[in-house]
Amino acid sequence: MDQKSYRRGSFQSSTSDEDMLEIAGASLDFTMADDDPPLDREMGGFSSYNGGGMNGTSTMMDFLEEPLPGVGTYEDFNTIDWVREKSRDRDRHREITSRSKESTWALIHSVSDAFSGWLLMLLIGLLAGSLAGLIDISAHWMTDLKEGVCLAGFWFNHEHCCWKSNTTFTDRDKCPEWMSWSQLILGHGEGAFAYILNYFMYVVWALLFSLLAVLLVKGFAPYACGSGIPEIKTILSGFIIRGYLGKWTLIIKTITLVLAVSSGLSLGKEGPLVHVACCCGNILCHLFTKYRKNEAKRREVLSAAAAAGVSVAFGAPIGGVLFSLEEVSYYFPLKTLWRSFFAALVAAFTLRSINPFGNSRLVLFYVEFHMPWHLLELVPFILLGIFGGLWGAFFIRSNIAWCRRRKTTKLGRYPVLEVLVVTAITAILAFPNEYTRMSTSELISELFNDCGILDSSQLCEYVNDFNSTKGDDLPDRAAGPGVYTAMWQLALALLMKVFITIFTFGMKVPSGLFIPSMAVGAIAGRLLGVAMEQLAFYHHDWAIFSGWCSQGADCITPGLYAMVGAAACLGGVTRMTVSLVVIMFELTGGLEYIVPLMAAAMTSKWVADAIGREGIYDAHIRLNGYPFLEAKEEFSHKTLAMDVMRPRRSDPPLTVITQDSMTVEDVETIINETTYSGYPVVVSRESQRLVGFVLRRDLIISIENARKKQDGIVSTSIIYFTDHSPPLPPSSPSMLKLRSILDLSPFTVTDQTPMEIVVDIFRKLGLRQCLVTHNGKLLGIITKKDVLKHIAQLANQDPDSILFN
Amino acid sequence: CLHVVQPMPVPGSDVEAYCLLCECRYEERSTTTIKVIIIIYLSVVGALLLYMAFLVLVDPLIRKPDAYTQPLHNEEENEDTRSLGTAPAVPGARPNTVLERVEGAQQRWKRQVQEQRKTVFDRHKMLS
Repeated sequence: MDQKSYRRGSFQSSTSDEDMLEIAGASLDFTMADDDPPLDREMGGFSSYNGGGMNGTSTMMDFLEEPLPGVGTYEDFNTIDWVREKSRDRDRHREITSRSKESTWALIHSVSDAFSGWLLMLLIGLLAGSLAGLIDISAHWMTDLKEGVCLAGFWFNHEHCCWKSNTTFTDRDKCPEWMSWSQLILGHGEGAFAYILNYFMYVVWALLFSLLAVLLVKGFAPYACGSGIPEIKTILSGFIIRGYLGKWTLIIKTITLVLAVSSGLSLGKEGPLVHVACCCGNILCHLFTKYRKNEAKRREVLSAAAAAGVSVAFGAPIGGVLFSLEEVSYYFPLKTLWRSFFAALVAAFTLRSINPFGNSRLVLFYVEFHMPWHLLELVPFILLGIFGGLWGAFFIRSNIAWCRRRKTTKLGRYPVLEVLVVTAITAILAFPNEYTRMSTSELISELFNDCGILDSSQLCEYVNDFNSTKGDDLPDRAAGPGVYTAMWQLALALLMKVFITIFTFGMKVPSGLFIPSMAVGAIAGRLLGVAMEQLAFYHHDWAIFSGWCSQGADCITPGLYAMVGAAACLGGVTRMTVSLVVIMFELTGGLEYIVPLMAAAMTSKWVADAIGREGIYDAHIRLNGYPFLEAKEEFSHKTLAMDVMRPRRSDPPLTVITQDSMTVEDVETIINETTYSGYPVVVSRESQRLVGFVLRRDLIISIENARKKQDGIVSTSIIYFTDHSPPLPPSSPSMLKLRSILDLSPFTVTDQTPMEIVVDIFRKLGLRQCLVTHNGKLLGIITKKDVLKHIAQLANQDPDSILFN
Repeated sequence: CLHVVQPMPVPGSDVEAYCLLCECRYEERSTTTIKVIIIIYLSVVGALLLYMAFLVLVDPLIRKPDAYTQPLHNEEENEDTRSLGTAPAVPGARPNTVLERVEGAQQRWKRQVQEQRKTVFDRHKMLS
């Protein structure tokens, strides 16, 4: 019973390692105006894929006039055939256009078909924006719930609770309506016992939230854990994971993301927001036939949805589009660029109208200052870039080692216990230090903000000399005692975050790593910035400072250093370049900071690439063995196609089907004995001349359907893949014509083709398999899994780590 | 600024000069939005918890007495859809009423979640 789980129909198919893979390769495709692949001319035979609807000639009783339900769909954990999907979409479009001239109704139909893409983007933007607003408001509230509760209405968090009360500036945080837990229980908030009670309540709430999160994930939607971006990258490259973008995953991911963030764990919500937005995209695709039935078109929509997800996470629509282009998507034609932009725009607009933070901003840590920076400051910025690169490489290595340990040893058998232990450690270590007790977004916001006159936080406790203030600009000031305390507290917070994030990312709760990396970078940046500021204040007569930083001038802004540090660390971990810089300057609104941000991002990427080639998402893809053909790497070995193809010399010969001499029983035997996902069709076994390629799933569905519905099909009926068949003597059983499921134009290469070209073909066309011929005769087959194993072998990695089919 | 800052840190004649140093920040929020969203969120969490409790505690108790029911004579006499749900999915059994369809969908969903759980938690094939 377990085998039948979520596969449609009654056919069994295995996902053993022998199956041929269908994985799409991809490239960034800027040269195409729409989604036509370059070798369009060779697609002539694909009209037969539409179930013979286009074929006028059929001398036999062709019951496959319409495609059977099930033909042309894919198994779970298989890859799609990009070429077939795209040609199907083109056929559908052609049919609609040609019919539109017939009647007004058909014209309306064709107009609505063209319009449906934009409508879908609008709906995705609306849904993603609303969900992001829900997540933001709930997370904001629940984070403060660990510390106290608001008497004026339990749904207010600390800041909103104290909004209307009449407190002075210095005591902004202590208003009578907000009661911490010790105040509520004991009646007073001072003293050692109150502190211990607060501590205890904090840890208890954190444990409760994370326990709830992991139980919901385990009970309802196990696919909702983790970040989601490596799996979405794989899905967008053509892989099918059923249920990964479903409605239960959406609901559970949204709910548990809030719980996980509120429990004080060192994780962020940006990566999971991309998953949430892609789920929205997938669910809304079912409303439109054009996208529901075609897997390639659906992936365009998912790319746009990913852009909308990043756009609401950071309040950066353009950054979101570039992120989708650079990190997540595989094929990205220009049409998708424009649609992603629209979806990101609508999502940002929806979120802004919900206004989760009360200041018309989309992100908690939006800052806006326009202080100039000096060219000599590029040196500390590059230092921050180097730090970011080093930290990124260190984090990736240790996180992958820890995840591998979780995957292979007993640690992986206790996910709930693991989450609870990590939460307990995080909460216990975080409470004493003020900077780790607050939520990470608030920490980043405080670090990014430059100190003004009215800022009363500990970090801004400078020695103020009111006589020398000129208007708004505060000069560089000497650090007061509060700043020194803040410095070592921040250093401790940095150490803690560096180590605890390694164990947190990848747990069985939704976890992102944008915010923790930005926090690490922001702390490092702020420390360096304050150090530079004090250096400039006390030694303004040094040669490097004297030119531009005289006494009383405001030359160094530590907030800017924090921003640059955050960008450097994020770049070191994810290896983003352009999208990172665009996101950061959309976050800060400071166009004059592009140069420092770019300098830091480039330096961190260079340093990190020198140490380890992959970003965190690619490393996780490799750890999980997803069949993802990397589009950015060059294949530089001199092997030939015949070295990679199957069957090898020692294997039994290739399993083929002949075009007109096999019975139904023979074909069923082949299907039952082998587990390949497709078979080449040849003219005859002696000549081995290629006719076409037929897929296992289509064969099974068609034969079953024929046995049930068509008269006279028995085990000795002959299967024909030809166009015309000879007339039979009346005593023999009727024939089964299966030409309509045959792919008449499979891709072939000769056995002497260099593997560089073969890998390029797989990437650019999105092939599942490629046939190998020698002197015109069929010799073997190369599947995408073979290509991936070959690449892994040449890179001295374990070729058996490529899982799935 | 003249009305908001209480008490004024500077003497009366310098009040205006002091206020010129002020930065104006405009913030607004909607209390109803916050209330509505928090209430929605808490109710969804509550509903999910109740459903989980139901699935873990109540469901096996209801299903146990019907585990031995013959699948053959279920078609006509039974209003109780629970026992229909326990019969293995016979191809050809027509789930006609809404309750039967819901039951079938629930069974399918449970199997899906079990598969997912095996893939992620037990075999560590994905999302490790």
